Amino acid sequence: MPTTTTAPATRSGFGSTSRQDNWWVTPLLTFLGLSSFIVYSTWAAFQAADYFSNVNGADYLSPFYSPVLWDAKDSITGKSLESGHALFGPQPSWWPGFLPFSPAFLILWAPAGFRMTCYYYRGAYYKAFWADPPSCAVGEPRKSYLGENSLPLIIQNIHRYFLYVAICFLFFLSYDAYRAMWFTNETGEATFGIGVGTIVLSLNVFFLSGYTLGCHSLRHLIGGFMNHFSKAPIRNKCYNCVSGLNKRHMLWAWCSLFWVGFTDVYVRFLAEHLDFRIL
Amino acid sequence: MSTATFKIWRGDAKGGEFRDYETEITDGMVVLDAIHQIQAESANDLAVRWNCKAGKCGSCSAEVNGMPKLMCMTRMDTIDVDKPVTVEPIKAFPTTKDLVTDVSWNFEVKKKIKKFKPRPPDAEDGTWRVAQEDVDRVQEFRKCIECFLCQDVCHVLRDHQKTEEFIGPRFLVYAAALDMHPLDTEDRLEDLKDKHGIGFCNITKCCTHVCPEHITITDNAIIPLKERVADRFYDPVMRILRALFGKKKAAKPPAAEAGAHESTKVE
Repeated sequence: MPTTTTAPATRSGFGSTSRQDNWWVTPLLTFLGLSSFIVYSTWAAFQAADYFSNVNGADYLSPFYSPVLWDAKDSITGKSLESGHALFGPQPSWWPGFLPFSPAFLILWAPAGFRMTCYYYRGAYYKAFWADPPSCAVGEPRKSYLGENSLPLIIQNIHRYFLYVAICFLFFLSYDAYRAMWFTNETGEATFGIGVGTIVLSLNVFFLSGYTLGCHSLRHLIGGFMNHFSKAPIRNKCYNCVSGLNKRHMLWAWCSLFWVGFTDVYVRFLAEHLDFRIL
Repeated sequence: MSTATFKIWRGDAKGGEFRDYETEITDGMVVLDAIHQIQAESANDLAVRWNCKAGKCGSCSAEVNGMPKLMCMTRMDTIDVDKPVTVEPIKAFPTTKDLVTDVSWNFEVKKKIKKFKPRPPDAEDGTWRVAQEDVDRVQEFRKCIECFLCQDVCHVLRDHQKTEEFIGPRFLVYAAALDMHPLDTEDRLEDLKDKHGIGFCNITKCCTHVCPEHITITDNAIIPLKERVADRFYDPVMRILRALFGKKKAAKPPAAEAGAHESTKVE
């Protein structure tokens, strides 16, 4: 015989749902993962030190600082650090004294903007940080909703411009990985070698490439805008390659995020420790 | 064999309540089987819409344990029957009775989308030739069975009731199928931006998660349309390039294209 309960069918309010699974786990992990990365990368950017390692002839550069436009000054001696990677030399004299200087400040906006406007991260952080919605079929805290239809979130359409810069960064990071394969001996001669740092920096390029080259905007720009793929077979092949990476865009996004952070940690560690040489 | 308790929402547009029903679960049952069994055993007046029992008609959409699902495709052995199983009507649309909802809003929305407008026939027999690689992409969208689970789970419709401003994922897929079709010559981008509210989608991918046909709604339909809208309205460089080199959507393809590739006759 049926029995009656009083639960309403239509629910409203933050977190209301009939879901019985642990729907809050994914947004919570996303929140913790992204928050941890933001806190660490901000701390690392403010250090303006230990962003490269020349110990034992190695030539490693943290991806948080690449490309280095100007080297930072040593906070104790006041002398310019010499990473060997600075495109324009030491910290410029015109830099206002009241502003802290870090080479990372000058470049981190680009990868940060690329990830902030990334279609995957947008969906993830709207859920994890804005609870908009907290998860699928779970009630929201706010009644009003503008989406990406008007300011401020309409700015997310700028994503493709960050993509262009991110692709440029891949070249810089690839060059850094290449330089990590050369070790200077006591006589000043550069010899080919592979250290753990070389592998770490190379994997960083690998993961970032998988993430960047699977971008939704790239997928569109490389061929998605067309309706006649048969007229452009090379574009079609490129589109299929990008689409292949795009299918695992979330995985690439997290792998590359973790690894770029780890690479910075490792280079900081090597700034004062010896790397393990494999070759 | 085991006994399961179902909390089924009973009511109509004015309101209702959950009622508990117990029924025996046997091997191979799906939720719709259990609902029918309850209907036969203890709730003869329970309203439920169903038709094919094969996941192809899209009639038996409901919310099982809070997630939009087709009842006929939700196996009971995937559900923990130690706890009561909640079955509710889809919440984005008005309830007619019990598990039946009025989804007619969707059919009205569909009428607002500009129809397929093919280019003039390019073959001598008055038909078209289309290369398979040109239609590969849109064929995924043709799998849609219009169960409206994606519409139900979309928070823009479900929580914010933007039914006047946003057409929902189902019709963005429909618009994508038309807009990406190699024969189509219609321009829907302005409508997508201004009338159909594509900007309201914030890419939560809930629609993709619930699609029983496994259509990659967000990545393959909505985001590509968002990118097309960005091309047209938000990208100044593209505007310049279009002004310098752009062509409007070709009304007729170059003659050389016809028959140049392995093709399919379209009548």
